[in-house]
Amino acid sequence: MQKQAIFQSKLLPFALVAPQLAIVLIFFYWPAVQAVIQSFLLQDAFGLSTSFVWFENYLELFSDPAYFETIIRTFFFSFAIAGSSLSVALLLAVMADKPLRGGAVYRTLLIWPYAVAPPVVGVIWVFMLHPSLGVLSRYLRAAGIEWNPLLDGNQAATLVILAAAWKQISYNFLFFLAGLASIPKSVLEAAAIDGARPMRRFWTVTFPLLSPTIFFLLVVNIVYAFFDTFGIIDTMTRGGPGKSTETLVYKVYNDGLIGGNLGSSAAQSVILMVMVIVLTGIQFRFVERKVTY
Amino acid sequence: MANVTLRNVRKTYPGGFEAIKGVNVDVGDGQFCVLVGPSGCGKSTLLRMVAGLETVTGGEIDIGGKVVNQVEPADRDIAMVFQNYALYPHMSVFNNMAYGLRNRGMKEAEIKARVEEAARVLELAPMLDRKPRQLSGGQRQRVAMGRAIVRQPKVFLFDEPLSNLDAKLRIAMRVEIRKLQRRLNTTSIYVTHDQLEAMTLADILVVMNGGQVEQIGNPLAIYEKPATTFVASFIGAPPMNLMSTRPDEIKSQLGGAGDAGILGIRPEDFVITDQTPAGGVALPLTVEAIERVGAETFVYGSRQQDDKRVAATPGELPPGEIIVRIPGSEAPPIGQKIRVAAVRQKLHLFSGDGRTRIEA
Repeated sequence: MQKQAIFQSKLLPFALVAPQLAIVLIFFYWPAVQAVIQSFLLQDAFGLSTSFVWFENYLELFSDPAYFETIIRTFFFSFAIAGSSLSVALLLAVMADKPLRGGAVYRTLLIWPYAVAPPVVGVIWVFMLHPSLGVLSRYLRAAGIEWNPLLDGNQAATLVILAAAWKQISYNFLFFLAGLASIPKSVLEAAAIDGARPMRRFWTVTFPLLSPTIFFLLVVNIVYAFFDTFGIIDTMTRGGPGKSTETLVYKVYNDGLIGGNLGSSAAQSVILMVMVIVLTGIQFRFVERKVTY
Repeated sequence: MANVTLRNVRKTYPGGFEAIKGVNVDVGDGQFCVLVGPSGCGKSTLLRMVAGLETVTGGEIDIGGKVVNQVEPADRDIAMVFQNYALYPHMSVFNNMAYGLRNRGMKEAEIKARVEEAARVLELAPMLDRKPRQLSGGQRQRVAMGRAIVRQPKVFLFDEPLSNLDAKLRIAMRVEIRKLQRRLNTTSIYVTHDQLEAMTLADILVVMNGGQVEQIGNPLAIYEKPATTFVASFIGAPPMNLMSTRPDEIKSQLGGAGDAGILGIRPEDFVITDQTPAGGVALPLTVEAIERVGAETFVYGSRQQDDKRVAATPGELPPGEIIVRIPGSEAPPIGQKIRVAAVRQKLHLFSGDGRTRIEA
């Protein structure tokens, strides 16, 4: 069997990978380099003059209490989204893992939400929970809850977390289902014979054996909540009311494109970039090297 | 301590497939019962039904005088050793053994005492802190055994526990299991497809085929008087030679018994001789192949004329081929014509369909 492809010309292999390389360079490296350069620059209000200011943008960010508030808010959002979507997905996966009539249909339906684009997710949830138009809002009001996410920051945050978590459930569900399938049935049977009731069996056997999957998903979900929720936030709340749903990513957009402060925006995106690198590093270190129990 | 009684036990899967077609077995207190049969005969399903891991669709399973059909596995007071050991990979050896005791709310001091005693018996004491993946196959097997014995259950269930071990270790563990069971005197049910394991371990041997019991009894009694051609060819290695009694050559020698249908003779019951013992059977053979294994020699010979195939069973020889076991010092050359004979008492006669033994 021949493993190595033989090319007549030296040019052809390069030509074949060129489109992919071009995409990576143009859409990933070029903007990254731009962001780093931009973060050292300061522009005047009209964009007429630009000066090189070294780390001034960064220093300004770190001396701004609002920025720290956004960091804390982003972490809160991330853990709320990751936590709720992981636990719901795990619950659904455990139930779907049981022999069910029509189990395949059930599993397929649960995977669908993943195919929905984030802005569309936002729109769907806005429709359902809009204070005056929403279907669910009527029931909430009927239940005596003052529901108005357009005015109430906490409610807006809840709404964003709900929508973002909902979309991620499918992805987590899929991984949990695979994780559950990889636990040998006989181990659970042995636990049943060893006198462990279903709940205890879950917490002492299934859950520890799923821990590599859980850890992997936790990292993926946090990255998702940090970055991919932009579309959801943009369609649902635009970071408001006030700053109650403004995460780090949304602040980059707000400060840069809306506020016109390109230098600060670039500095923020560089900070985000560092965070992603750290998270990916953690993932490689602990997940790729196969977590053992 | 308990006896296990299966009364007309049946298992029909939702699709309509009948895996167990009415099995009756009675295992006395402290007895070692072995279920043996080819793969797919339902022996593992039956064991899992006793364990409570499969539902019972008909009949009754009785452990220690109590019908347990609806009882959860945890409440049947049984312990099971799985083929792949099914150890908890995230727990240490100690915790693997202690898990079942903790679930039952036993005091830590008592748990420690029991686990350490089991570890001593099974020579696992230096490994109590290790994880299963740090153990060899044989050690894992012993941990699985330890997990069963610390519980001091009424019944041990073994589901092909030795089939993942290499040949040498398998024999050693086989002896260990037998010694351990004798000492603890716990009622045991053991599933295997290996007839040698079955013969050496069993007090009661249950030979199964196609979801049914073919024969139950003492292993040697089964060996000496197999009830069907299936049992005859499954128990004993190399298998019993089975041939039709139709050809004149055999029929004339058998006299009145020649109408039986199938004649069986074990390889070791043949001798190479020119004489024909009175009432016995003599066959002329051409030596096709020999296997010398040291203590004995197996001669594969073909009969001159032969007949249709006889009873489709596992380990069946090609039609017309006969295996003869002779002392290891002898080795007739290939192609030689020999004559083998067996005495009357060593002949097994079966009906034409192989389902009934006929006492001559």
